[in-house]
Amino acid sequence: MSVLATLVTAAQPVPVPAPPAPAATITQPPISYPAIMPILIILGAACVGVLFEAFLPRHNRIAAQLVLSVLAILVAGWRLLSYADEMPETGTITLGRALAVDKPTLVLWATLLVLTIGALILMADRTVERGGYFVADAAVRPGTVQDRAQAGRGEMQTEVFPLALFALGGMMVFCAANDLLTMFIALEVLSLPLYLMCGLARRRRLLSQEAAVKYFLLGAFASAFFLYGLALLYGYAGSVQLSDIANAAAGTNRSETLLFGGLGLLVVGLLFKGSVGPFHTWTPDVYQGAPTPVTAFMGACTKIAAFGGILRVLSVGFGTTSWEWRGVLWGVAIASMVIGAVLGLTQTDVKRMVAYSSVAHAGFLLIGAIVLKPAGLSATLFYLVTYGFTTLATFGVIGLVRNADGEATHLSQWAGLAKRSPLVAGTMAFLLLALAGIPLTSGFVGKFVVFQAALSDGMAPLVVVAVLASAVAAFFYLRVIVLMYFSQPAEDGPTVTIPNLWTTGVLTVCVLVTLFLGIAPSLVLDWTSSGVFALQ
Amino acid sequence: MMNLSEGAESVVAASGSLGGAWLVVLLPAIGALVLLAGGKRTNAWGHLLGCATVIAAFVYGVVMFFASTGLDAGQRVQNLHIYDWIPVNALQVDFGFRVDPLSLTFVLLITGVGSLIHIYSIGYMAEDRDRRRFFGYLNLFVASMLVLVLGNSFVTLYLGWEGVGLASYLLIGWYQDRPSAATAAKKAFLMNRVGDVGLALAIFILFQQLGTTQYTEVFAAVGDGRLSSGTLLAVTILLLLGACGKSGQFPLQAWLPDAMEGPTPVSALIHAATMVTAGVYLIARSNPIYSASPDGRLIVVIIGAITLLIGCVIGCAYDDIKKVLAYSTVSQIGYMILAVGLGPIGYGLGILHLLTHGFFKAGLFLGAGSVMHAMNDEVDMRKFGGLWKKMRITFATFTCGYLALIGFPLLSGYWSKDAIIEAAFSQGGWRGWVFGGAAMLGVALTAFYMTRLMFMTFFGEKRWEKLKSTDGREFHPHEAPAVMTIPMIILAVGSLGAGAYLAINHTLVDWLSPTLGELSEAHDSPFSTPVLTTISIALMVIGVGLAWLLVGRKPVPVEKPERVSFPVRAARRDLYGNALNEVLVARPGTWLTRFLVFLDNRGVDGAVNGIAAVFGGGSGRLRRLQTGFVRSYALTMLAGSILVLAALLMVRFS
Repeated sequence: MSVLATLVTAAQPVPVPAPPAPAATITQPPISYPAIMPILIILGAACVGVLFEAFLPRHNRIAAQLVLSVLAILVAGWRLLSYADEMPETGTITLGRALAVDKPTLVLWATLLVLTIGALILMADRTVERGGYFVADAAVRPGTVQDRAQAGRGEMQTEVFPLALFALGGMMVFCAANDLLTMFIALEVLSLPLYLMCGLARRRRLLSQEAAVKYFLLGAFASAFFLYGLALLYGYAGSVQLSDIANAAAGTNRSETLLFGGLGLLVVGLLFKGSVGPFHTWTPDVYQGAPTPVTAFMGACTKIAAFGGILRVLSVGFGTTSWEWRGVLWGVAIASMVIGAVLGLTQTDVKRMVAYSSVAHAGFLLIGAIVLKPAGLSATLFYLVTYGFTTLATFGVIGLVRNADGEATHLSQWAGLAKRSPLVAGTMAFLLLALAGIPLTSGFVGKFVVFQAALSDGMAPLVVVAVLASAVAAFFYLRVIVLMYFSQPAEDGPTVTIPNLWTTGVLTVCVLVTLFLGIAPSLVLDWTSSGVFALQ
Repeated sequence: MMNLSEGAESVVAASGSLGGAWLVVLLPAIGALVLLAGGKRTNAWGHLLGCATVIAAFVYGVVMFFASTGLDAGQRVQNLHIYDWIPVNALQVDFGFRVDPLSLTFVLLITGVGSLIHIYSIGYMAEDRDRRRFFGYLNLFVASMLVLVLGNSFVTLYLGWEGVGLASYLLIGWYQDRPSAATAAKKAFLMNRVGDVGLALAIFILFQQLGTTQYTEVFAAVGDGRLSSGTLLAVTILLLLGACGKSGQFPLQAWLPDAMEGPTPVSALIHAATMVTAGVYLIARSNPIYSASPDGRLIVVIIGAITLLIGCVIGCAYDDIKKVLAYSTVSQIGYMILAVGLGPIGYGLGILHLLTHGFFKAGLFLGAGSVMHAMNDEVDMRKFGGLWKKMRITFATFTCGYLALIGFPLLSGYWSKDAIIEAAFSQGGWRGWVFGGAAMLGVALTAFYMTRLMFMTFFGEKRWEKLKSTDGREFHPHEAPAVMTIPMIILAVGSLGAGAYLAINHTLVDWLSPTLGELSEAHDSPFSTPVLTTISIALMVIGVGLAWLLVGRKPVPVEKPERVSFPVRAARRDLYGNALNEVLVARPGTWLTRFLVFLDNRGVDGAVNGIAAVFGGGSGRLRRLQTGFVRSYALTMLAGSILVLAALLMVRFS
């Protein structure tokens, strides 16, 4: 364990608190190991996973990687739960104020861990397609003879598991980052593995690689925004600590061009990750091209991490200046909801449609994120939890509908699915109703609490737009249901593959959570409203 | 007019058999779950389970009814707390039921008519392979509808509201092989969404202003005058929008006739007797809000009056038996909306008409279903004729419903409709004349189109003898089996007697008074009651007579005459309701979508490429205006970022 711990600390992205002056000696800041143990375990396991890739024979790797990853997540979850009891009420700020482990952090971490287990099990599924969703040998050029040969091989690039763990570690740091530099590093740690994972699809490899390149280029573009914003804010406050920025904004007469210019650029970088319109342009292409379990992982976990970060930055760093920037984010939220809801109507591909739905959902989430009150925080966290489970299951189901060319994602191919496979069609219909926010699903309660939080903070016009947008969005969800139930099945329509027991289990759990949180949301609501961000 | 009855809001915790109100919801819900999740295993006995759960719910409803009548008036409004549904910060949504005379009345209507229609469906759907699933949906509908009427807060009502909507679309689209059914389901969904948005916004406004959505607290706060008159007006209009969507009222009436694509028992249960009256329930339930806002009520009355006339006029022109009945439903619900819009003089009358209408319209639809069953699912009345000899029970029960609907003296419709007309006149001034006159005109039109329907279907030449149905079979009309006729007979008895039973001595209105307040007496009527009754009977006779002159005494052409006068053409095209929707809603929506797609795909990149093409002089570049370029995405992001930055800085430095 001690060996692992050293290894783990070595892998930990070392946050660099901006020193006020070049000091002669740098003393190590006190570190609360119990608080950050879940991150250490996940990143450590990711490193071990890389070693597995180097030393284990190929046919053993999937099982070993899956066991390692799931085990690591379970242990991390266990440490998280045991730490939750001993954590001080106001949270712990550790690592030289780089990380803040507080109640919202724990909620986000726990959700990320649970959803990642689900995503990993989907990634490891090899029953829906021989060899699994991932390419056997990513180095082979698409379209060549070797490529056709490898498409039939029953192997896969098992590097996705350590990559997923690295991404998860990055997301966890991102949610907890208390200064902007740590946040930036976490952003890169979570993004780089995702870029790679997007390009590893077994079928339609050109589309997949194109998605990866697009995501990478646009992600780099957005990171540059973030970094530039960070630099401006450092220039303004002389610190990258969120709380220092808030203090500086509260009581100085420095150049506010720096403050708001910096905030604007920073926010653009964050909104990009949360696929909030009009910074959503990558979303449909990447969701469509990436291997479906990766899309599920991105759709659920990246959204949670991104909004965890947005919530913290806005409420800890910029709470004091909210009345000046709030109007702008109103506009962004409206743009996102309208773009998502209206463009979703014109999509003919299921994955792209869900991508636009995620843009609309990002708009709803942003409404909750700009409330900046405990009610807004707890509502947004709750929405994130519900949205994560529903999205994971939705993509899980999409991955099951296949024909000879792989996944059949064109809407016309879904016609009459209910006749071929009532269970899958029923599950999908339920999930779509949850995304639309019909009562007795978690989606309804999520929207309800976010809207009521926004109302209690005087954002009635925004809620009106949101209700209208969700009414429009409901139509394209219904379109799929109508297609599945009320259309004649196509002649050479797709078949529904029966997944293995584990995948079935993941889908069942997600659907049950979606239902349960619609009927009895109080358990999770109590949990998400149990505390606020640590301020220091 | 403004006297809110005192003590109407004393709510006690539910006890005794009323404490088991959850049982009436649970029974059909379990039925739906077993039938929909059980799959083919339940095929053999599924329909029986479906009926049993609803009948059991009805029996328990009757038990609750008698338990409630045994109580003092002040004890009849009971609250049944089940659990805290959404407890978060300031918002406490309590999942619970309010058992009071209004909700119990609806429970009896829903489970009673529901039981009869379930039994009828055993026969009607006997040849459908998916009969079990049909009963599953019906049970789902009954459970949702019961949640809607029993809920003790606006959010619980919304839960049931969406649930009945869902069941309704599933059932409208039942005949999957007909594209028209899918279109109709979609249309119903869309128009209902418009209404649902109104309801959702009303709920949010109530929450924002009062911090609660429980009926008890909302009504108490409204009674204390905590809402400004502007807010009250907004809430009343938004609630009305919700009611218009669900109840097929102007301007959202167009989906209801199309919904007749569903199986006939569905039309009878959902689109005539119960779900479409949810709008009336909503307004009656919110009576403290409407009582406090005279302007809001005026809008309700206007909508009701417009709808009742639209429904009558269009009903005169259609040849499809179910669509005529559907427009008749639109028009009768217009009467109910008009009644509840009159305020304390009308709430109880609206519910009275709702109940009598539930009986006779369900009976009429079942009769139409029986005719269709006999005529190879044909709905065109021009192909019917002379059926009374072939189907005597159907004819007799249908006639009862017909007479009740047109307001034949002493039958159900007479009691409830005349009371509404009288109340409408009694508002005095121009309102009395306009709305009372509209309601009065409706009587003549109703008599006309229903008599036309009777003549074309049951009397005259047997036109079907020379025709074949669209699938090439000959027509052999025959009476339906007992499992179908018995429910029709029971409903016919209701059509004859329910009105008298409920209206004489104000039985129903007094029973409802703990919820709706005492019925205020009408004052300013320009006519005395006997005069009004005489006029309305005279108008009814004129309507019947006109129908005989124009339809009954002449042979009916089998083909629809195309060269007709403008009013008939307009009525055949639903008085251009669809065209209106198209212009006002559909086209702007299409334009917005196109515009956004253009921006998303081509806008930015297109501008750049377009400029390049212009300067380079090469038109070949224009051909490359394809989508999916990273640079165009990056440009969109850049444009967005510039906007965000500019806005931030402008807010700060303007």
